[in-house]
Amino acid sequence: MPDSADAVLDAKGVAKRFGAVQALRDASLQVGRGQVVALMGANGAGKSTFVKILTGVLRPDSGHVKIKGRESTVASPAGARAWGLVPVYQEPSLIPDLSVADNLRLGDTAMEPFRHWVAELGLPDLQPDAMIRSLPLASLRIVDLARALAMEPDVLLLDELTAALPTDLVARVLKVVRAQADAGRSVIYVSHRFTEIAAICDRATVLRDGLTVGDLAIEPGIEERIVEMMLGGAVAAAVTEARPGRPVASGTPRLRVRGLRTGTRLTDVSFDLHKGEVLGVVALEGQGQDELFNVLAGNRRASAGTVEVDGRPKAFSHPADAIAAGLTLVPGDRAHALLMSRSVRENIAVPLIARIRNWGAVPMREEAAKVATAVETLQIDTRAQGEVRRLSGGNQQKVTIARWIANGVQTLLLFDPTRGIDIRTKRQIYALVRDLADQGAAVLFYTSELAEIRLACDRAVVIFNGRVVDVIDAAEADESTLMRAAYGLSERAPA
Amino acid sequence: MRRWIEANAWTLGLAVLLAVLLLATKVIQPGFGATGLDSLARAALPFALATVGMAVVVIAGGIDLSVAAMMAVASVTGAVLMAGAGDGQALLAVIAVLALGIAMGTVNGVLIVVTRVPDIVVTLAMLFVWQGVALLILNAPGGGAAPWLRAMSAGGVALPGLPQGLTDWLPRGVVFLAVVTALIWVPIRRSKLGLRLYAIGSDPLAAFRSGVPVGQTRIAAYAICGLFAALGGLSVTMSTGIGEPIPGPYLLASVAAVVLGGVVLGGGRGGILGPILAVFILRTVRMDLTMLSVDPNVAAIIEGTIMVAVVMFGAILATRGRKA
Amino acid sequence: MTEAPSALTRLGRLMADNPLLPLTLLLFLLIGVLAVMNPAILSLFWAGNTIKIAIPLAMLAACQTLTMLTGGIDLSVGTVATITAFMTATLAPLTGVPPAIAVALACAVLVGLVNGFGVAICRVHPLIMTLGTALIATGCLLVYQRYVIATGVLIPDFLIWLGTGRSLGLPNSLALFVPFAILIIWAQRRSGFGRLLYAIGANEEAARLSGVRVWQVHLTLYTLSSLIAGVTGMLYLGQIKTASLSLALPLDLPSVAAAVIGGTSIFGGRGGYGGTILGALILTVLTTMLTLLQIPEGGRRILFGLIILAVTALFIRLTERS
Repeated sequence: MPDSADAVLDAKGVAKRFGAVQALRDASLQVGRGQVVALMGANGAGKSTFVKILTGVLRPDSGHVKIKGRESTVASPAGARAWGLVPVYQEPSLIPDLSVADNLRLGDTAMEPFRHWVAELGLPDLQPDAMIRSLPLASLRIVDLARALAMEPDVLLLDELTAALPTDLVARVLKVVRAQADAGRSVIYVSHRFTEIAAICDRATVLRDGLTVGDLAIEPGIEERIVEMMLGGAVAAAVTEARPGRPVASGTPRLRVRGLRTGTRLTDVSFDLHKGEVLGVVALEGQGQDELFNVLAGNRRASAGTVEVDGRPKAFSHPADAIAAGLTLVPGDRAHALLMSRSVRENIAVPLIARIRNWGAVPMREEAAKVATAVETLQIDTRAQGEVRRLSGGNQQKVTIARWIANGVQTLLLFDPTRGIDIRTKRQIYALVRDLADQGAAVLFYTSELAEIRLACDRAVVIFNGRVVDVIDAAEADESTLMRAAYGLSERAPA
Repeated sequence: MRRWIEANAWTLGLAVLLAVLLLATKVIQPGFGATGLDSLARAALPFALATVGMAVVVIAGGIDLSVAAMMAVASVTGAVLMAGAGDGQALLAVIAVLALGIAMGTVNGVLIVVTRVPDIVVTLAMLFVWQGVALLILNAPGGGAAPWLRAMSAGGVALPGLPQGLTDWLPRGVVFLAVVTALIWVPIRRSKLGLRLYAIGSDPLAAFRSGVPVGQTRIAAYAICGLFAALGGLSVTMSTGIGEPIPGPYLLASVAAVVLGGVVLGGGRGGILGPILAVFILRTVRMDLTMLSVDPNVAAIIEGTIMVAVVMFGAILATRGRKA
Repeated sequence: MTEAPSALTRLGRLMADNPLLPLTLLLFLLIGVLAVMNPAILSLFWAGNTIKIAIPLAMLAACQTLTMLTGGIDLSVGTVATITAFMTATLAPLTGVPPAIAVALACAVLVGLVNGFGVAICRVHPLIMTLGTALIATGCLLVYQRYVIATGVLIPDFLIWLGTGRSLGLPNSLALFVPFAILIIWAQRRSGFGRLLYAIGANEEAARLSGVRVWQVHLTLYTLSSLIAGVTGMLYLGQIKTASLSLALPLDLPSVAAAVIGGTSIFGGRGGYGGTILGALILTVLTTMLTLLQIPEGGRRILFGLIILAVTALFIRLTERS
């Protein structure tokens, strides 16, 4: 471990809180000259917040970030560059309607070094007057990276750069990155991919729950230790009642998905969801699970594949169609799901007034009864008249679920319902989900917290690179098995 | 060469359309000649200047609903300052009005950036404010304009070495427009500022990450719009000889011309030439309708319908483009 | 959970939850100032007159309130009102009163449908769309005017009764306005359609995910708005008693101001007609004050603009904090 004094970038004790959520508790990271350090952690561990603090987009509540020995006052990308820190993100920071050359001019980047790097990275024929909008994503990543390299950064920060890149380009990127380090510069490499990390990184810093839990040298076979660190020790100490195993239901599945495909991230997903079953979905960030849920909810169209509800093929062009077929979505981002400036009651009652025939006078008493039942079932902790904005995260989440309780649940699509929620509410949600299934509903439950699978689900499908790579029963769904599967480390043919 | 044609296909199409319309005009009224072209140019000038200002703001990803009101302020200020003044004073008056335009635009831009209220709302509010200011300066059409200023927009341009017959065909209005636009816009377009304007219109987040000072650039866009609004207001005074406190129908016309000219309402794409051509196209259509003895109100309906259809079409394209 | 809310946050919450309170206070404050300026002015007659003048403004402001709840706006209301007024007055001598009214209102509905189509289907920003239709409609009106230039004008008696008459010291237009206001206030919270306006304004995406087909709501909304504007036009005709080509145009921008002052957020999702009515009254009293102070038209416009800007900016600050 490099001495803090020598470190080119030295972050220590960084903490950050957003309202009720403590995103980072005590995160630290050190990078020495000529080193490539991997930054790793499960979803929700605080990686993206940490990256934002390092690059100056956010200010930490406590702790410090020192660049080349001096306390960083970086507050914008332009400022970061002046300090020698250049980030490269997954979405390229390139202006779509300008040419490559114009983008370089915009950032005052010299053309010669850029061309050198672009050639090194495998695109020697790139035309400088090519319009960014016309280039494929892989090329854009290369352009973005080449631009960053041309700025001769002291610290290069790569955020999940190789996702969705073809293997030959990945190889070149890795080669170039390693060469940077060998030339005495530093690289922070944020990634999920063990093969790459093993290939080029010297060290790995592991985050869990906003804490840096480990700083290891990369050696062969280090993956298991890292996975262990990301999971922590006995996590599920408090809540351990695993869901009793249920026989797989026979007969027509409530939901049958075959070969579903859309966008660039969802390639080929197939699974069955039965009545009375809670099926978990496990995946790292950006593996296609967003797209899957959006297609099932009617919010997005599939480019290939079929969806059958109770044996009947369905195609949804609007969420109203999905709702009519009984598929209801609880989105992961409460900002997408809630009317923040309206009351709890109005939020819960929206589906009841959605259709034209309900546009007339609202049956107040009936509605109040439905809302009250939902509030009670979920134990929502507030008077039903205040603005939803003022509720705690947990209660807000309950409101989004309550909406469908009041409307009647057949197939519930839950997308990361417990992110950023307190433990008590989480338990209530698990219990609720189980009850709903017992009453005959089918539940698809995506969570970024692996411990939950065992507590709420009967089975889990694991999605990696847009495909189902594994199907695991709850009994075997311990966290390390799930984690390994999520990283694509255990390729079992789907059942 | 082929690349250039592809890139500028829309603008070329507009140029062809304009040429066709002018030919049609000649067919409708065989006597249409240099004087007709001249009055067309003079009528189109204020619209064209308003459109250029609006185009700059739209390219930068915004919109300015107070354009017509700012023109009114410029028009009356110029008229009041120039009434009965000597040539030298009139020149100073023109400079003062231009400075005023920049100031008004800057106020718009600063309010948008500082209050974080959306540009539509701010410029709607400022529309009332600038209207009020114009009325305070001059509550009825009046004032005056310097003769040399008036002469600038009428008649043909005498270029040394070219026969009179030829240069008569080049309306001063067009020359004025071309010179003014070239002097102001072309250097900006080539500079860093021009790149930044397109950048924030195309993708504000990427622009921010690329180091572009987004707030400053936005204010600059509105300031440029204010400058062109001032020019537009002056051109109204130039052709009528007096100041006009009530804003003319320049708002919707400029938005429609911008969209028709190939500038996407979402920002980041398009140029200035297309909208200018679009203005002339719309004005020629109106002129042709008048020549065909179509009731001027019916002509207004047709024009309005074209504008609304264009805006609707532009909106559909913009949503398609963003989704892609 | 979070830090204790500051005084400013609590003020923001209070204003957001009960906008009628500060508005009523403001109204009485202005009346008080007016009384100080000119003690002779306050009387039942003056009150009746103020209400009479405020009613058409309040009705057009209803259009703005409803559209602003979804984050939109309707700048064609003044034009539509003018058109229905003019058409009623000029068709009545030809066809009799009821058909004239029917045709005039049909035209209003047509404008609303076009607006609704542009906003709902083509996704044009309502501001630009309604400006455009206003322009086209004005052209149509001018064309129409030439055809009826010789027919003479007939203003139906009952409209005059509504517009200018008084019973028991109060203007007769209350007979139209009170049921109207009650209906709107009831509908905004107690009807599915009204609730949807708030929902779409608060979070269109969330509404969509809950199964709302937003285009249907927009189409209905703008048609309704133009219908209300049409009815207002006829009321206003009865009040002014002239078939003018620019009858209701001066009410266009103040209708927006009334809604904004009344606490309806221009971003949508917040506000209501109760506040708008108070806003219309406040503006009417304010206009009286400005006239007494002899502030010219230009100054009034500047004030309108600055008020809208200040209120919106304040809203943003307050809602960002709470």
